[in-house]
This record gives sequence, structure tokens and C-alpha cells, in this order.
Amino acid sequence: MKALRPTRMERCIGCYSCSLACARMVHSSLSWQRAGIRIHSAGGLSTGFEAQLCLACDPAPCVAACPTDAFSQRRGGGVKVKRETCIRCGSCAQACPVDAVYMDLESGYPVVCIHCGRCVPFCPHSCLEMVDTTNGKKADG
Amino acid sequence: MGEDTFRILLVDLDEQKGDLIHFGDPTQALGGSGLGAELFAAYGRKDLPADDPEQPLIFAIGPLTAYFPLMSKVVLAFKSPYHQQYAESHAGGRLAMAMRFAGYDAMVIRGSARTPSCLIVGARRMEVRDVHYLWGQDVLATGKWLRKIYKGHSGHRSILRIGPAGEKQVAYASINVDTYRHFGRLGGGAIMGAKNLKGIIVIGDSNLDLSQGKEYRNLYKTIYRQITDSSAMRKYHDLGTPENMIPLNEMQAVPWRNMQTTHDDAAVQISGERFAEELLLRKTACAGCPVGCIHVGLLRENFASGYEYIYRQVSYDHEPIFAAGSMLGVTQAGDVLMLLEEMERQGLDVISAGVALAWATEALDRGHITERETLYPLKFGEAKGYQQAIRQLGGRANEFYHFLGQGTLAAAKHYGGEDFACVLGQEMAGYATGEAFFVSQAYGLRHSHLDSAGYGFDQKAAGKNEWAAVEFFLEEERRRVQLTCMVSCLFARNVYTEERLQECLSSVGLKKMASNISRQAKQVQANRWRLKFECGYDPSQIAIPKRFKQVRNWKGPVDEAFMEKLSKSYRLATAEVAKAGRFAATQSSESD
Repeated sequence: MKALRPTRMERCIGCYSCSLACARMVHSSLSWQRAGIRIHSAGGLSTGFEAQLCLACDPAPCVAACPTDAFSQRRGGGVKVKRETCIRCGSCAQACPVDAVYMDLESGYPVVCIHCGRCVPFCPHSCLEMVDTTNGKKADG
Repeated sequence: MGEDTFRILLVDLDEQKGDLIHFGDPTQALGGSGLGAELFAAYGRKDLPADDPEQPLIFAIGPLTAYFPLMSKVVLAFKSPYHQQYAESHAGGRLAMAMRFAGYDAMVIRGSARTPSCLIVGARRMEVRDVHYLWGQDVLATGKWLRKIYKGHSGHRSILRIGPAGEKQVAYASINVDTYRHFGRLGGGAIMGAKNLKGIIVIGDSNLDLSQGKEYRNLYKTIYRQITDSSAMRKYHDLGTPENMIPLNEMQAVPWRNMQTTHDDAAVQISGERFAEELLLRKTACAGCPVGCIHVGLLRENFASGYEYIYRQVSYDHEPIFAAGSMLGVTQAGDVLMLLEEMERQGLDVISAGVALAWATEALDRGHITERETLYPLKFGEAKGYQQAIRQLGGRANEFYHFLGQGTLAAAKHYGGEDFACVLGQEMAGYATGEAFFVSQAYGLRHSHLDSAGYGFDQKAAGKNEWAAVEFFLEEERRRVQLTCMVSCLFARNVYTEERLQECLSSVGLKKMASNISRQAKQVQANRWRLKFECGYDPSQIAIPKRFKQVRNWKGPVDEAFMEKLSKSYRLATAEVAKAGRFAATQSSESD
């Protein structure tokens, strides 16, 4: 089981291609926010960039906080999201220690990285990679 | 934006109020350059001076902004304080994407704030905030303070600001965008200064649903791959535009020391290779561009004994290296960065500032002016004197710097030395390639090397047919206008062919625009020329100074007779183009 890791963010040029790819391909959106990975500058452009995304916790505090089981534990870390049962309460976002859950302003639904890796080929500097979090043990997706 | 109408935020600084309006027809005006011209036709005052509070400052994006890679630029349309004519300047950074996600195709800013202010705009916000305490602060300090004053949306906002040069209305004051990009040329910064507008923050805080299907996503992927795999784009990332320095120098086509010569062996010391090997710290990008052409150099300064150092990060490119390097005879790469940093702090357009100081150096040497005027000794190659002079220029410290801040030719007219003022409509860009470039900048719409690539024509073995050159200028201009309506970075001009742009527009549902694009780009080209002429542009008033006629490069001496014939033909042709200009758009009375 793999999880997305921003292992080489010191190489980031701030092009937002990863966020745009996630928004476009996972969320059918044009956005630099409605994405599982979001890029911020760390106090001005002269200090480089940071990626804000799910750290693939196991157990995940957002899962524990979700009152309707819309968030469930993903094996290998992170969460699986079942939007049909989400009541848009925002508890998941409040529970996340690294602010990885974005509450979408238009729809009110949480947006979080699902560790699908579709953003990885869109990073021109190979800042991102999918890392095995289960030591090669077979896991469900 | 759809095909029905543009969504425009009108800002009235006098009243500190905004209005959201529907405006124009996107299938006709397209966006960017076309939208800017339409808005200027509707809101600009051709009869009033550029610094009149009524004049609009217009920021416009295009129909493909954020939808495709390198659709990352913003067009600024305004009346220039440099020549009192219609002008355009372009910048990248995060502004284009921030405007897309703030939900505005353009912002039109009019009036003058009561106190020095910062305009804060987002999808759900419009505020004019008093920042009188920032007046007088340089561009870098202002950026830091504005980030503190408005803390939210880090990474998803764009911060524009001016420095002392904009406040003092230097005619070539720039607007800094997100630290490393600029609306550099023709004095947009002075217009912000005239409006008491120290900064603008645009927050991209809304999200758009994509109804487009697989066709759009696949096209995006194809273009992304083409851009990131192509060797044509790699050059912009690897060494960047400074890779031009050595080849141009070998062609004897780099202006050195106020263009007294066009070749110097010292070029190697300020080459792209030297900067990359010794000073390049990192590269960064405009939002939505995977190329990453912004080269940031490390300026390390020893400020006291005992190994005391400070460091700064300064972006560089070919034009800045020409302006703060070869043109001033400065041949140490670190010194070039030091001067660029000072120009940056003052908020000066680096090309104009460097060329102006090169003229001042020669004027001082020839006795047209003395150190009483310059306040500091100016000698080619001596960076410390230039550093001081840049500060005086930004603050317009005395009468001399007041004139120089109006433009090199304005100073030369007052003190003498017009023959060696390197001015082609505005201070020259870094190419001494010959007749076509000199004419294309002198009589081009923006007086920019980017108008019509005259330097490219010079390098073709195209002979000396003035009408062939004019045809090349006009078609190249039309092709570039097509891109600046979208609004694409011009580095992607070989990726975004007309057919590719049509595919892009169709894939996002703008099918009528796709079928119109070629014809309407030509219309926009005419509209821009019409506005320029209506503002009083008289090409017969622009003379190419003697210094340009003395240039020798790889082709031999400049052919003065050919240059004269080409000038006349191009002037006639642009006047003819302007006649086809027409403006259809009218403001809808209905507000959102």
C-alpha cells in the first residue's frame, strides 16, 4: 500500500501543477485549493514552498472525529471518503493536526488527499513520490 | 467566463467602492489584450493626462487563464506617463491565477485613494485599506509588511506593490508582482502612485467546477508533456534567457557601455553560464507554468569585518543583465545582482533605469552634465556609483534625477546629448541586431522587443526588402496579440499555434471564439493601434538617435538608408492598421 509523500519539496518551483492536476482529475474542478495537495509559500516567495496534504496517519484522528463514518481508515494510512454519508460538519478538518482537510467553500464538503498518486507525474521537479507504507504487505485499496 | 460576457470588477478609489458589471462580447474581444483595449476605450480618457485620477488601471486575464499550462500572464492596459499614449505591460507571478479564482476577467481601478492605500480583492471581498505608514518603503519591505497585514491565503494570493519610484511618479516606475515578476515597462507603477495605491492583494479563493470531459483533460496532458519534454522550452529552464549573452556578443550584437560598442570579451563574466555556475540559487515559476524560468541568484554581501555577511535573492534574465551589466560596463556578475536589487527596491523598470544611467555616464564624461547633477561619480564598470545613482533616481533627488526620471530623452533634451541617448520609443532592449530591431522597437505599439521580434528578422538572411520586414512585423504582432488575448506567456509561442489554441478553446466550450480567433486577433491588433493614435501618437516625432546608426555588428555597419526606408514603411503600415480599429463593446447596465 502506498501513500503520497512530498519528499523533495526543497526542489519545488511553485508551479501548482500538482494541485491543479488533483483538482482537475480527482475533483473535476479548476482550482488550486479544491485539491488533496495544496501549495503554500512559506512567508514570501523567497523562502520556498510547502505542500499541505494528508500525512496518511494510522489511526487517523479525522476518522475518529467523523460522526457519520464518511471517513474510514485506509489500510496503509490515510482515509477513504464516502461522500454520500458526509453531513459537512467539518469535524474531520478540525481534528486534522496538520490542516490537511480543506472544507470546500462552495459545496461544504471536505477535500482530502486519497493517495491515488495522480498528481505525481505532473510535478516537473519530482518533488512527490508514492511510498510503500505497509512494507510490501498486500493491502486493500 | 463564458462566451456571453466578461465579468469585470470596477473599483472607485475615491468612494472606496466597487461595482461588478457584465461587459463586452468575449467572442469579439477575446480577453487579455483585446479586453484591455475595449475597457480602455470605454473608461480611458484620451484627453486627460496619464496621471489624472480618472484614468483607469486595467488588469485583464484571458479565456484560457489557468485552464492550460503557461496561460499565466496578465495584461495591464493604461495610459502611460512615459509618452502619454495607450500602453500595455504584461506580468506573470501568481496574479493571473489569483484573478481567475477571484472570479474576475478584469479589474478596472479608477480614482485616487484619500490616503496611501492597499486594495484587497477576492471572490468575496473588496476593501480599500489605509496603509499610509508604508509610503516611502521600498518594494521588498512593502512586500513583507503586506504579507503581515493580510495574513490569509498564503500561496493562493498575489501581492502587487510599488516602491519610491512609483510614489514619485518616475515615468518608468514598475509594479512588482510577487517579488520576482513585474509590470516593468512604460510606467504602470507611476499610475499606481498617482492613485495613492501602494499595493494590491488579489486572493484566489473560489473554485470552479469543470464540466469539460475527457477531451479537455487529455489535451491538458498532451500540452503539459509537450512543454516539459520539449528541448525548445528547456532552454528557458536551464540557463534561461541569459543564455543569449555569449552568442549575441559573438555576433557583436550586445550593447556595451551605452552602446559605444557591441562586443566585449568580458561577456563571459556576465553570461548565463557564469551566473548559473556561480550565483544561481534556485529556480521558481509563475503559477500554472511547469517550466520554471525564473532564475534567482544569490547576492552575498560582506557588511563588516570578521566574516559578517548578509545574503539576498535577486532574479535575473537577459534584459536585466544587459541593463545593469553590459550597458553600464559592469562585468562582475555579483555587481550586476547588486544593482538589480537596488532597482528592485526602488521599483524602477530595470531596462529603462540601466539605459538612462548609461546615457548619464556618457553625458558626464562629455561634459553635458557634472557631478553637481549626478551627485555621485558615474563611470562605466564602477558599480558602487551606480548603486547610489539608482537611489537618487528612485527618489528623484534633484532636478537632474527629476528629468532622468521622465526618460533618457527628456533629460537629453534638457542637458544635451540626444545623439547618444539609446532610446527607441523608450529605452532600448538588449539587442544591437540591426535595422529591423531598431525600427520595430522605435515604432512598435509597446516599443518593446516583444512586440514583433525585429531581432529575429535581423538574424534571418532575408535581404533588405522593407516591405518584407513590415509584413513580418505585422504578422508576428498579430500572432503575439492572439497569444496575449488568451493570456499566454510568449515563451510558449511555438507550443500554442493557432490550431492548438482553437483546440484549447473548443475543449473548454468556447467554440465560437475558437472559430473567430484569427480574425479577432487581427481586430484587436487594429484596436490597440487605434487607441495609440487617438491618444496622440505621432510616429514622425520619433527619431532614431545617431548612436544606432553607428552600430557595427556581424553584418557590418548599420545600413542607414535601409533603416530610413523601413521606418517610413512601418509607420505608414501601422497608421493603416489603426484605421481598421473599432470598438463594439458597451457596458451592460445590469449589475451582478
